[in-house]
Amino acid sequence: MTIAAQGLTWGIPLLRLLAALLLLLAFAMLAQRRLLTLIHLLAWQGVVLAAGTALVALLTGQAELWFSATLTLALKAILIPMVLHRLLRRLQVRGDVEAVLNIPVTLLAGIALVIFAFSLAAPISALTGTVTRGMVGIALAAVLLAFLMMITRHKAISQVVGFLAIDNGLFFAATSATLGMPMVVELGVALDALIGFVILGIFFFQMRETFDSMDLRHLERIREE
Amino acid sequence: MSILLVLICAAIGIPLLALWGDGRRGAVMFIGINALVLLAILALALRVLWNGPFTTGDGQFMVDDLSIVLVLVAGVVGLGTAFFSRSYMAREIVHWSLSRRRVRLYHAMFQTFLTTMLLALLTNNMGILWVAMEGATLSTVLLVSLFHTAEGLEAAWKYFILCGVGLAMALFGTILLYFAAQKVLGHDANALLWTHLKTVRHQLQPQVMAIAFIFMLVGYGTKIGLSPLNNWLPDAHASGPSSVSAALSGLLLNVALYAVLRVKVLVDGALDPDFSGRLLMGFGVLSLLVAAFSILRQRDVKRLFAYSSIEHMGLATFAFGIGTPLASFAGLLHMISHSLTKSAVFFSVGQAVQSIGSREIQRIRGLLELSPFLGWAVMLAVLFILGMPPSGIFLSEFLIVTSTLQVQPWLTPFLLLGLGVTFAGIFPRLQGMVFGPAPAGVDAPPVSGIVPVFVQLSLVVVLGVFVPWTLIQWMQHAARLLHG
Repeated sequence: MTIAAQGLTWGIPLLRLLAALLLLLAFAMLAQRRLLTLIHLLAWQGVVLAAGTALVALLTGQAELWFSATLTLALKAILIPMVLHRLLRRLQVRGDVEAVLNIPVTLLAGIALVIFAFSLAAPISALTGTVTRGMVGIALAAVLLAFLMMITRHKAISQVVGFLAIDNGLFFAATSATLGMPMVVELGVALDALIGFVILGIFFFQMRETFDSMDLRHLERIREE
Repeated sequence: MSILLVLICAAIGIPLLALWGDGRRGAVMFIGINALVLLAILALALRVLWNGPFTTGDGQFMVDDLSIVLVLVAGVVGLGTAFFSRSYMAREIVHWSLSRRRVRLYHAMFQTFLTTMLLALLTNNMGILWVAMEGATLSTVLLVSLFHTAEGLEAAWKYFILCGVGLAMALFGTILLYFAAQKVLGHDANALLWTHLKTVRHQLQPQVMAIAFIFMLVGYGTKIGLSPLNNWLPDAHASGPSSVSAALSGLLLNVALYAVLRVKVLVDGALDPDFSGRLLMGFGVLSLLVAAFSILRQRDVKRLFAYSSIEHMGLATFAFGIGTPLASFAGLLHMISHSLTKSAVFFSVGQAVQSIGSREIQRIRGLLELSPFLGWAVMLAVLFILGMPPSGIFLSEFLIVTSTLQVQPWLTPFLLLGLGVTFAGIFPRLQGMVFGPAPAGVDAPPVSGIVPVFVQLSLVVVLGVFVPWTLIQWMQHAARLLHG
């Protein structure tokens, strides 16, 4: 799949800009203490992802990527954040999240992870000719930052946000580095994401019913003997 | 067509069980569906026997010597589990007073799990393989927390998050695989088909393939239970119903290892086979040793055997890492025997735990006196899992150790140490559980749930004493396929 010449002059810098935004949002999530803002940031990441997919669709002229972009916008930018928002209200989780490490240390660790991701992706980037240079590194960095967020959080909802942010990073890798995975695979991945989300919803209510709280520290009873 | 028949038979059961899968009819329907699936699998096996490997559905589905063996095992264990589930769940439903809705959920989710396992084994598309593995995780989360206990919820959450994160890495690896494939096969919907990739595997870019393999090994390795990513496994096995533990150990771990093997074949074309071999050997030995020493500390009988699963999967992974045809053959034999034996262990031990009402090894006593049938089932199943001679595990462990002696002799002491420590950890406890006086006031369990234990154990004896000729041929072809 190639990109038309006129697209290269403005399309690629724009894609790079979106990639940078994705990474920036990942950092913002890492530093965010409030759950509500965290969900908003996740929604913005979904918007950036949808825009990136639409841009690649425009540049390469693949009709199915338009479909994928619409699906991303509907699911990741609107539906899932909205449901999380309602869950937050229904379950009456207290607004603040506390991090295990303090935020400056977490951010420093995040910078180290980005450097690691870029050095890991360097041999891959060197192989690719034009368009996708650096995209793998950025996507991997976004994934690793989301991992870090999951590790440092205690609340179930913020772990789920981290989980969904990992998904966003992976989708970005798929669209920007490979210019779109085969349609069957993409549909399958989207279906899994949706089912996973439904199951999580059920799970939250089970947790609430059993513990009367959404704090994961209740889930530390199993000890190795 | 025969591939699709298997998948359709399995998939059609999901809505049926979701609608009518409660009460007595639900359990019977669950058995019936899986009996039908096993018949379809046997028909498929006959076709592979006559015509050899083939693909259908525009190359989207594939069966070859490697997958047919595992599909057969999945069919047998699936039916065995359905059979065990009938009498086991009947008592659990009363004990936990599960609602009809929750029983329907149990059956439908279980059938979804079995279907995704078959899909993972029969698809030719590396992307769909990932989708099926993720589907298997999702369908088992609610099974692990079926009883809504605090412990079950914790285990399910850990399982969901750890395996979800692991599989995210595997997806990243799959994306990189597609990235490498694009350079050779072009931007094509068929560029993720395993058969296509295999024909061009020598042209794939080695740097990309190396990173892709590491991501997929770590990702799918989380599901195999390779150390240090095995945290979810003992919890999920211990907290869920025993039928779920049996299916997790008997099917899920195998299919995850199968996914790694498929990737290994591709990577070995692009890179020196030593690369993947060393990684598999390293993870294998580490898991074996970590699991062996963890076994010594366990007090919970289901956790004990969950660690034993990690140990056996580590050993199989190690065997594939050695990579000689004999070692790969042994690895495959080990996967099959372990799958049949370990599910039998969970059937029998699950029945014992249910009768005694505790998972603590200290409190499980005198099973032979309680019910000779159950006592013998536990004793034989556990002796077989420890690798006692007539079982297939003895043969595969023997072959693995001898091929290690040929190729990497310095690793043999580590293997023997792991096997020895496991034996020392499990055998004395087995004696305590089986012999002695039975605890007072405990009813003898129904015998019907124990039947699949003996069926599966006799299959394991067949594997250990006289492996059928066709099976040997399939496994030899598969071993050659893995050898490259």
